[in-house]
Amino acid sequence: MGPRRDAYSKDMHTAEDCAAPSVTRRRFHIGFIYGLWSVIAAALGVPAALYLLLPPKLRKMPNWVTAGDVSKLQTGDPVEMIFRQNRVDGWKILSEKSTAWVVKLSDSQVVAFGPQCTHLGCAYHWDENRSQFLCPCHNSIFAIDGTVVSGPAPRPLDRYDTKLEGGKLLLGPLQESKGQA
Amino acid sequence: MSWLDHRTGIETAIRSFLYEEIPASSGWRHVFGSMAVFLFMVQSFTGALLAFNYAPTPGDAYNSLRYILTEVTGGHLIRGLHHWGASMMIVVVVLHMTQVFLYGAYKKPREATWMVGVVLLLLTMAYGLTGYLLPWDNRAYWGTVVSTRIATGIPLLGPYLSRLLGGDNEVGVVTFARFYGLHVLLLPPATALLMASHIYLVRKHGVAPAPGDEVRAKKKFYPEQVFRDTVAIFIAFAILFVMAVVVRVPLERLADPTDATYVPRPEWYFLFLFQTLKFFDGPLEVVGSVVLPGLAVLALILVPFVDRGKVMRVTRRTVAIGVVSLAALGWTGLTVAARMTTPKADETTDVDFGAPTDWMQLSPQELAGVGYFRKEHCDSCHGVVEDKPGIGPDLANGNIRKSAAWMIAHFKRPASMVPGTSMPAIQLSDSQLNALAAFLLKLTPRNAAALGNAPDFAVEAALLFQANNCGSCHVANGVGMPIGPPLSGLARRRTRTWVVQHFANPQALSPGSIMPPYRFSSQQMDHLVAYLFILPE
Repeated sequence: MGPRRDAYSKDMHTAEDCAAPSVTRRRFHIGFIYGLWSVIAAALGVPAALYLLLPPKLRKMPNWVTAGDVSKLQTGDPVEMIFRQNRVDGWKILSEKSTAWVVKLSDSQVVAFGPQCTHLGCAYHWDENRSQFLCPCHNSIFAIDGTVVSGPAPRPLDRYDTKLEGGKLLLGPLQESKGQA
Repeated sequence: MSWLDHRTGIETAIRSFLYEEIPASSGWRHVFGSMAVFLFMVQSFTGALLAFNYAPTPGDAYNSLRYILTEVTGGHLIRGLHHWGASMMIVVVVLHMTQVFLYGAYKKPREATWMVGVVLLLLTMAYGLTGYLLPWDNRAYWGTVVSTRIATGIPLLGPYLSRLLGGDNEVGVVTFARFYGLHVLLLPPATALLMASHIYLVRKHGVAPAPGDEVRAKKKFYPEQVFRDTVAIFIAFAILFVMAVVVRVPLERLADPTDATYVPRPEWYFLFLFQTLKFFDGPLEVVGSVVLPGLAVLALILVPFVDRGKVMRVTRRTVAIGVVSLAALGWTGLTVAARMTTPKADETTDVDFGAPTDWMQLSPQELAGVGYFRKEHCDSCHGVVEDKPGIGPDLANGNIRKSAAWMIAHFKRPASMVPGTSMPAIQLSDSQLNALAAFLLKLTPRNAAALGNAPDFAVEAALLFQANNCGSCHVANGVGMPIGPPLSGLARRRTRTWVVQHFANPQALSPGSIMPPYRFSSQQMDHLVAYLFILPE
């Protein structure tokens, strides 16, 4: 039904005469209004949700960072090593100081623990008298291999991926440890 | 009456809004106001989304926008919607005003509605002006240098205005903060407030009737007129969406206040003002920059008081039609003139900073390798992007990594290294094969696309760089012999002209230099200098 006919019917007939077509027309209008606004809402809403919820593309492969020389380390004597690491933070690349507790288990095997207690993230240290890692916050105690000896820590110390090149220790990303069996 | 309505009255309010009576003649010409409101909402929404990933300080602003464009999912689309939405908003607001003007809808008692509308037009333009700076690329920076200089040139007020805009003739961190503050903190609530009063006034006085409406029965706003508004809004949105997806929004290099060669141009809707300015020289400049635009705004505001005639029929409003035609003609003429006088930017040496530019980190040798890769059409068999598999192995795949020596032997006699292969031998010299291998060693699945989009001019320049052994005396991107000065960061130290002249006759500009003169075609020179100037420091 075209607009011309509609105008004509409005002018010339009583309301009852054109009730039926005008109801169809009204439904058509309302249907379109809801339909088109739904499309617009989806076309804005879906990209917005993806924009906010999907993680941004990573710019760089995790690099191996040189932590230091481990050739002089004594087996079974943990050392805290400090190194600089680049971290991608949004649109910035930050150069940060990081630490790792490095333990030489044998000549070919070196383990590097993340510097935070797995309980609440406090910095722990090596207690030489007891030959254990001790967290001063809530007295979590870890053995030299990182397993929990006592205290509230839920899982062993986190470990960095490690690689030995010559006498140099290279560190990869910090891997979260699995819960203790 | 529902529970909610009993307590808030919201349903009654919506009902009375939707079932507002409008003149029988209302129709498609009345859709522009609603479109403007809709576009304002799109701008607010996309603007807020952009702000979630944007650092409003110079430098960081640019980096965060690049982050939005190259790393955040949908970032291109959101920025495109915001960018083109601004242009579309100007168009729709001007169409809205033109319609009101032609139909004399500003007449008594609707003078205040019109005047608020003029202020809303100015606010819309203020968004354009302040938003222009926020990407902090060269275009943003130099465009704003010009607009703040104009403000400074206003007699008496100039110095104060200049200080208000954050600097004495300088566009810096303070100007940036002021523009950002205006753009996101001051203008939006001001617009919302004025829009609300504008709509309130329209409702108070009703939509202006056309001749003949007094004898015809009134219509309801809903659903017929709402339907028309919705259709118009949908069409505008569809165009906007397609533009945001298809048309590249420029992001140039980071703002460089030392770049003396940059020719700033304002956004297209300000080009007519820019062109007007050219007619006035020296002390008269203020006429073009302030007096004329000021008078034009004043004239717009006073329209309802100048034209107090009773004629409402649009076909009889010959003066109004004449004014609109003249304005359209003048605007078009000035805009076209400004376009014509814009020096054609050499688009072949443009770099799109809205895409990853990892290729800039490649050494000239590796980038020349990209050139050989393209010239030998390696990609017709070897996919380097995951979604484009080919007959040969994916060269970006780290699991098939080979040494350079292996690759070069393979390039020369493919079957000697991979028995049974159908790959033909590559007919290139040893140094060319070296470059190709060097590039392939840098290739990973992660950077394949970012290296593959290296623009042709840069690749051509790298080939030239290799062919002339520039690297045997110059370090570029950390590679080469440090006999001559390093080439990274050249753009900071030398001008384009200097570099061009230096190629022709090195000793004239650097006495005692052992660099031999070089002759390149003008196109080669363009590519080479453009490439040298984008080498990162």
